Amino acid sequence: MIAQFINSTLRKVPAWPLYVLGAVPPAWLFYSGVTGGLGVDPVKEMEHQMGLWGLWLIIAGLCVTPLRRWGNINLMKFRRPIGILTFFYIAGHLLIWLVLDVQIPSQILADIIKRPYVTIGMGAFVLMIPLVVTSNNWSVRKLGAAKWQKLHKLTYLAAILGGLHFVWLVKGWQIEPMIYTAVIVGLVALRWIPKRKRVAVAA
Amino acid sequence: MAKRWQNNLTWDDVTPKSAFMSRRQIMAGGAGAAAMLLAGRGRAETGDLVPNSYEEITAYNNFYEFGTGKEDPTANAGAMSTEPWSIKVDGIVDKPGDYAFGELIEGLTIEERIYRFRCVEAWSMVVPWNGFELADLLAKVGVQSGAKYVAFETAVLPDVMPGVRRGVLDFPYVEGLRLDEAMHPLTLMATGIYGKPMPNQNGAPIRLVVPWKYGFKSIKSIVRITLTDKEPPTSWNKANAREYGFYSNVNPEVNHPRWSQASERPIGGGIFAKRIPTLMFNGYEEEVASLYEGMDLSKSF
Repeated sequence: MIAQFINSTLRKVPAWPLYVLGAVPPAWLFYSGVTGGLGVDPVKEMEHQMGLWGLWLIIAGLCVTPLRRWGNINLMKFRRPIGILTFFYIAGHLLIWLVLDVQIPSQILADIIKRPYVTIGMGAFVLMIPLVVTSNNWSVRKLGAAKWQKLHKLTYLAAILGGLHFVWLVKGWQIEPMIYTAVIVGLVALRWIPKRKRVAVAA
Repeated sequence: MAKRWQNNLTWDDVTPKSAFMSRRQIMAGGAGAAAMLLAGRGRAETGDLVPNSYEEITAYNNFYEFGTGKEDPTANAGAMSTEPWSIKVDGIVDKPGDYAFGELIEGLTIEERIYRFRCVEAWSMVVPWNGFELADLLAKVGVQSGAKYVAFETAVLPDVMPGVRRGVLDFPYVEGLRLDEAMHPLTLMATGIYGKPMPNQNGAPIRLVVPWKYGFKSIKSIVRITLTDKEPPTSWNKANAREYGFYSNVNPEVNHPRWSQASERPIGGGIFAKRIPTLMFNGYEEEVASLYEGMDLSKSF
């Protein structure tokens, strides 16, 4: 009942406003950073907030399929905007790190190569590039649904690497990044639960 | 023994409030990147260092007993009561015992020391501390021959310390210094900042400040000081020996396994603050390098 109500309501809601909504937090963050609203270390705050939003978005994206399968709630049309926004948030996170945080090109390169948490973070970002490039109807047609779906399984790996990146970068064993990683691993693991064969209804 | 080290920074170096307010207004006005770059903090060996504001120093802290976020200590440490405060002095000393805070600091000369503060996480501040030399305290309690190290311990108050309840580290937080490091004139027991009593989030009522070492060596809210003949365990070393050594001297050439220590982000410069090179021994090389003569600092890190 509830699922039906949600589905019929959402059917009337277009997906495009998500892009507009998605632009609000980064714009607000940048404005707050410039005007002193993010505390005494605005660079880290912006960097961490963008990373965290990226993590939330990728988790939201991973929820779409299980919700449809077990909750009968259809959010399929929102999955593409969620995925594309994830990419742009992580790109922003990376850009803040490059330009405002580390700043020095030789140190950026050294960090990417020598610091495992940076390496896996970069890895996750690179994995998302083919995903964002093919997040359009033309690419789905061009690749064919099967191939496209296979390619987009990279999301699972990117999400897990993103979680590990967070676990790895903090000092000590902190609970928050481990919870996010556990949620991501759990959501990815759901994909391997075999679909029950439909029982043929005897005529 | 007090006054063995003279500040080369004085109140003349502190940015007048008016200048710093106008700098904030420049930022608030968003008057373009150029203006903001100019507002970035300068840095040199001496002289032109700009101490951070009281607000910056007291709003951005690592004090994992109160949580791992930088704002957690400010939010949570208010619940800690520092009166009365008792400090146990034990080990190889003439006058061991449980000292009330007032009793322990009685007769010691409180000085102002404007020190660079470099966190192992590669950010830095400049802090005007008030405190006395640890050497004076050690003289007061009488260090016996045979003592080679000083060990310190932070209060553990689970009722008011959410980080302790969560077990982020193996509490109590413990730290230690070699006796010659402890006796060095730069090594301070701080009881205040900007002439005000030490705020709880900064380690009230009394904390260590060792300006040539990474910030985590400067243990907060001390309840125990032990003179010992063995290298004492230290909290971050226990948590991850590969990443945090006993010495933990600021050294731009020895990187943390997960990040570079070659440069640092000065706190308080706004979003376009330029990274600055980290100095050997955090700029106190002249004063402290002799302590480590003949040691391989990449091994004894």
